[in-house]
Amino acid sequence: MEAAKLVGMANQIASFFATEPDRPIAVAGTANHIQKFWEPRMRKALLQAFDAGGDHGLHELVVAAITEHRAGLEPITA
Amino acid sequence: MTLQEGHPAMYSNKVVDFGTPVKRSDNTVTVHIDGKPVCVPEGTSVMRAAVEAGVQVPKLCATDSLESFGSCRLCLVEIDGRRGTPASCTTPCDDGMQVTTQSKKLAKLRRGVMELYISDHPLDCLTCPANGNCELQDMAGAVGLRDVRYGYEGENHLVQEKDESNPYFTFDPTKCIVCSRCVRACEETQGTFALTVEGRGFDSKIAAGPTNFFDSECVSCGACVQACPTSTLMEKSIVDEGQPDHAVTTTCAYCGVGCSFRAEMQGSEVVRMVPHKDGKANHGHSCVKGRFAWGYATHPDRVKQPMIRKKITDPWREVSWEEAFEYAASEIKRIQAKYGQASTGGITSSRCTNEETFLLQKLVRAGFGNNNVDTCARVCHSPTGYGLKTTLGESAGTQDFDSVDFTDCVIVLGANPTDGHPVFASRLKKRLREGATLIVIDPRQIDLVRTPHVEASFHLQLRPGSNVAVMNALAHVVVTEGLESKGYIAERCDMEDYGKWKAFISEERNSPEALEEHTGVPADQIRGAARLFAKAPNGALYYGLGVTEHSQGSTGVMTIANLAMLTGNIGRPGVGVNPLRGQNNVQGACDMGSFPHELPGYRHVSDPAVRELFGKEWGVDIQPEPGLRIPNMFDAAVDGSFKALYVQGEDIAQSDPDTQHVQKALESLECLIVQDIFMNETAKYAHVIFPGSSFLEKDGTFTNAERRISRVRKVMPPLPGLADWEVTVRFAEALGYRMNYSHPSEIMDEIARLTPTFTGVSYTKLDKLGSIQWPCNEAAPEGTPYMHENEFVRGKGKFVLTEFQATPERTTRKFPLILTTGRILSQYNVGAQTRRTQNQVWHDEDIIELHPHDAENRGIEHGDMVSMQSRKGDTTMRCIVTDRMQPGVVFTTFHHPESGANVVTTDNSDWATNCPEYKVTAVQIRKVASDKGEWQQRFDAFAQQQDLLARQGFAEDSEQGSK
Repeated sequence: MEAAKLVGMANQIASFFATEPDRPIAVAGTANHIQKFWEPRMRKALLQAFDAGGDHGLHELVVAAITEHRAGLEPITA
Repeated sequence: MTLQEGHPAMYSNKVVDFGTPVKRSDNTVTVHIDGKPVCVPEGTSVMRAAVEAGVQVPKLCATDSLESFGSCRLCLVEIDGRRGTPASCTTPCDDGMQVTTQSKKLAKLRRGVMELYISDHPLDCLTCPANGNCELQDMAGAVGLRDVRYGYEGENHLVQEKDESNPYFTFDPTKCIVCSRCVRACEETQGTFALTVEGRGFDSKIAAGPTNFFDSECVSCGACVQACPTSTLMEKSIVDEGQPDHAVTTTCAYCGVGCSFRAEMQGSEVVRMVPHKDGKANHGHSCVKGRFAWGYATHPDRVKQPMIRKKITDPWREVSWEEAFEYAASEIKRIQAKYGQASTGGITSSRCTNEETFLLQKLVRAGFGNNNVDTCARVCHSPTGYGLKTTLGESAGTQDFDSVDFTDCVIVLGANPTDGHPVFASRLKKRLREGATLIVIDPRQIDLVRTPHVEASFHLQLRPGSNVAVMNALAHVVVTEGLESKGYIAERCDMEDYGKWKAFISEERNSPEALEEHTGVPADQIRGAARLFAKAPNGALYYGLGVTEHSQGSTGVMTIANLAMLTGNIGRPGVGVNPLRGQNNVQGACDMGSFPHELPGYRHVSDPAVRELFGKEWGVDIQPEPGLRIPNMFDAAVDGSFKALYVQGEDIAQSDPDTQHVQKALESLECLIVQDIFMNETAKYAHVIFPGSSFLEKDGTFTNAERRISRVRKVMPPLPGLADWEVTVRFAEALGYRMNYSHPSEIMDEIARLTPTFTGVSYTKLDKLGSIQWPCNEAAPEGTPYMHENEFVRGKGKFVLTEFQATPERTTRKFPLILTTGRILSQYNVGAQTRRTQNQVWHDEDIIELHPHDAENRGIEHGDMVSMQSRKGDTTMRCIVTDRMQPGVVFTTFHHPESGANVVTTDNSDWATNCPEYKVTAVQIRKVASDKGEWQQRFDAFAQQQDLLARQGFAEDSEQGSK
C-alpha cells in the first residue's frame, strides 16, 4: 500500500481528534479509529512508514497513537 | 408456489376509490347511509362515508388522492332536513346525518348530467384503450343512461389532435370531460403546477403550457395519468398492449424513497407500473423513473448467458451456469493458494435486495474466509452510518416520511429532492405550501429554492466543501443567543460532552462572521436561518450526498445530529435527522453487514461474542480484523496484494472516482467476476460474467431511507434462468461452502435470527403489514416509525466536536473553478437502467453547468463543447450557461460512461470512512473544437475492442453449436 496515501489518511483522522481538549482521549480516539477501520495490511504499511523513521510526515497525534497504542495497531496474528 | 396459487399480494385491477382523502381527527361522527350507520373521523365527506358503508355514489371529478372539487354534479345525494341535492364529495358528515344515495329524483338528475357528458364524447368504447377500466363508461352504466336526446351533431370537441409528445403517455383532448383531476393532481400530488384549465365554459380545455406536454414544465410523474377517469391521459403501453389482467405489489428499484408499486400484468409481462395507494412511503405517488422507466428489464442488451475468459484481451465464451461456477471457484481457490486468503473480496450493491447482500457478505466472510466485503454505500452514505452511530447510537435516519406532515421548519442540506428523491419532494412541497418554512443549504440554486407556491426563507449558497463551517455557525448562533433546548439537552444528552462542545462551538472562530471567508454566506443570513430553525416548534433536517461525499463527510453528518439535539428535534413526529438515501437499498445494504468492519446489525468484527454467534450459525471461524473498503481494494490491487473480486450489481468502473486509478486496479486483477443485468463498464475488465436478474424477476426485500423493509416480488421468471440469490448460493457451493435455502424468505429468517433489530421481521409479517420499519422485535412488534423516542439508542446523545477543516483539494491559478457533481431527475446513477429507456429524451448526455461570469471570461457560450481538466485527468462535454450556479462553481452529472465525469474527480476521501469527495474537485474549463478528449478517445477504442471480443465469442459459440 502506498505509504504517502496512508500517512495522509492517518493525518486526516488525527486532525479530527485534535480538537479534543483531553489529550489521552484524542490519542486513544486516533488509535482506536485506525484499529477499527483499517485492514491489517494498511496498518502494517503505516507502522512500517513510522518505523522507517526520517521525515514520515505523520501528525503528532498519529505518532502518539502509534507510540502509546502500538499493540492494538499491530495486525492480529493467528 | 406459483403466482396463480394464491399469491398473498396479488390483486385484481380494481382498487377501491373512496372519492375523497382520509381525514385525521380525534373526534368521530356517526352518519346513516341509506339507513346503515357508519362511524367516521370528523371532517370526512359523505362520499367517503358512503364507501365505508359499502355504497359507491356515482362520481367523476372526485378521487381519493385529491381534495374534493364538486364540479361534475354526479355525486348528488339527499340529506334529511337539508334542501336540494348537495354534492356528497364536498359535504362533510355531521353526527346523526341521514343520507339517501339513491332515489328517482337523484337517478334522473344523474342521468341528465351523464347525457350532457356523453353528447360530447366519442362513442368508440370498443376500440378505446380505457375499455374495461373507464370511469365514464362505468358511470354511464351505473346511472342507466340509454339515450342522448341532444344528438351528436352539434358543436363539440370531437375533432382535436392528440398530443403524443411525452414518450410514455398520450393526451387525447377529444376524450376529455374537463373534470380537472389532472390539473389538481399536478398541483396537489406532484406540486409542479404544469397543467391548467384554459378558457371558460364550452371553450374550457386542459393545457400543458403554450405548446405540448413535453415542452411544458411537466416532469412526467404520471399523477395526471393516474387521476384521469377516461382515456384522455393514457399510458402508451396500455394503448399498445391493452388492459392488465392481474397486479402484484412490489417495490421500485430506483431511489431510496422506495415507492410501493402495483406491477400490472398480462401473464408474465408488465404492461404498467402504478404507484400503490397503500404504499406507506409514497401513498400512491410516483416519479418518471419508477412509473415509466422499467422497460430496461426486457431490453435486448440484457445478458442472459454466463460467460468466461482467461484474459481481458480474450474473446468471451458463453458457457453453462455449471461451467461458470466451476471456473470462478477454481480461480478463487488458485488465487488464494498463490497470494493468500486476503487477496480476494467482494462488493455488494445497494441495488440488490437485503437477502442478496446478506448472502454476498456471508459468502466472503464464510466462503472466502476474510472480511474484504464492501458495498457501494461506501461511496455515498457510509459517513451517515458512522456519524449517526457515534452521536445517536444507530446508523439510520430517525423518522418516517410521514413525519414531514408535522414539521414547521425544514433544513434541506446538500440534497436536491426534486431530482434525486422526487416523491419525497412532492410531499415536502405540499407541507411547505401549507406554511412550513424552508432553509436550503446548497452551492446551487436547486429547484426547491423557488418553485410554484414555495420559496425558501433562506438559501445559504455556500462554497462547496464548507458544510461543516455553515452548520457550526448555525449552532454557534443558537448557543450564543440562548436559543438551545436546555431541558431536552439536560434530560437526553451526555452533559460532559455537551459542556466541551458548548465551549468549542461558542468560540468566536465558529461565528458566522468569522467563517464567512470560508462559507461565502453572509453572516446575517446564517443568523436569520439559525433563529428561524431554533424557534420552530418542530424542526427537521433532510440531507443527502452533498453532506457525505466530502473529506469531512462524517463530520458533516455529526454537525447535523448536533444541531438536531441542540434544538430538541429528535424523538417525535415532525423533526429528526433524515438522510435521503441515494439508491433503493442503501439502508438495507448497510444493515446487512456489507461493510468490512461490521457484521449484520452494525456489530464490529472485533467483538468475540458477535463472531461466535455468526460463526456458529455459519459453521466457520469469522476473521477478527476489519477487511478492505472499496478504495482500499483498488489500492491493494494496484499494489499487487489483491487479485480477485466478485462484484454484484455495481459498476465501479463508472461510478467510482478517479476512473484511471480504478481502471488500473481492475486491470491488475487476475479474476474479476461481474454479476449484472448488462455488460456494464466494469464487465469490460471481467473474466467471469454471472448474468443478473432485474427486480421484476426475483423475491426479496428492499429497505428505504425510513428503515422501511418492503417486499420485492417476482412477477416474471429470471431471464438468465437463476435469480441473483440462487447464483450466490450455487457459487458458494462450487467453492465448497454449502448454503441451504429454498426461498429468500429463509434468508430473511436467518437475518432475523442473528440481528436484534430484525428479530420480528418475516415474510409472513411483511405480507400482513405491507411493510415494516426496523427495529422490529419484541419491544416493537410492528416496527418503529420514529426512533430515539424516550432515550437515544446509545443512551445519552453525544455532542461531538466538529472542527471545520478545509478540503486538501484547493483551487489555484491553474485550476480556478470547483466542480461539484450530482444527478438529475430522469437519469439514475450510472444510467445503466434509465439510459435503456425513453428517459433518454430528457437527458441523453451529461452537461456541464457554469455561471455566465465564468463563461464570459473564457469566451464560452451556451451549448459549446468544453474541456474540463483537473489534477487527475480531463474530459470533454457540452456546457450550458446558467445562473443556477454561483461564480467559480461548475456542476455535472455522471449518468453517461462516455462523459468521464469521474476521470476528473480525485481520490480524496472522508477521514472516517473513505467515502470519496465527489463534491469538490478543482478544475479548469476551456472551449474546445473537438467533441472528445484524450481519455474519451481511449475509452471508445477500448469499448470497441471489448465489443468485438464479445461478438467473436458469440460467433465461435454459435459455430460450435451448429456443428
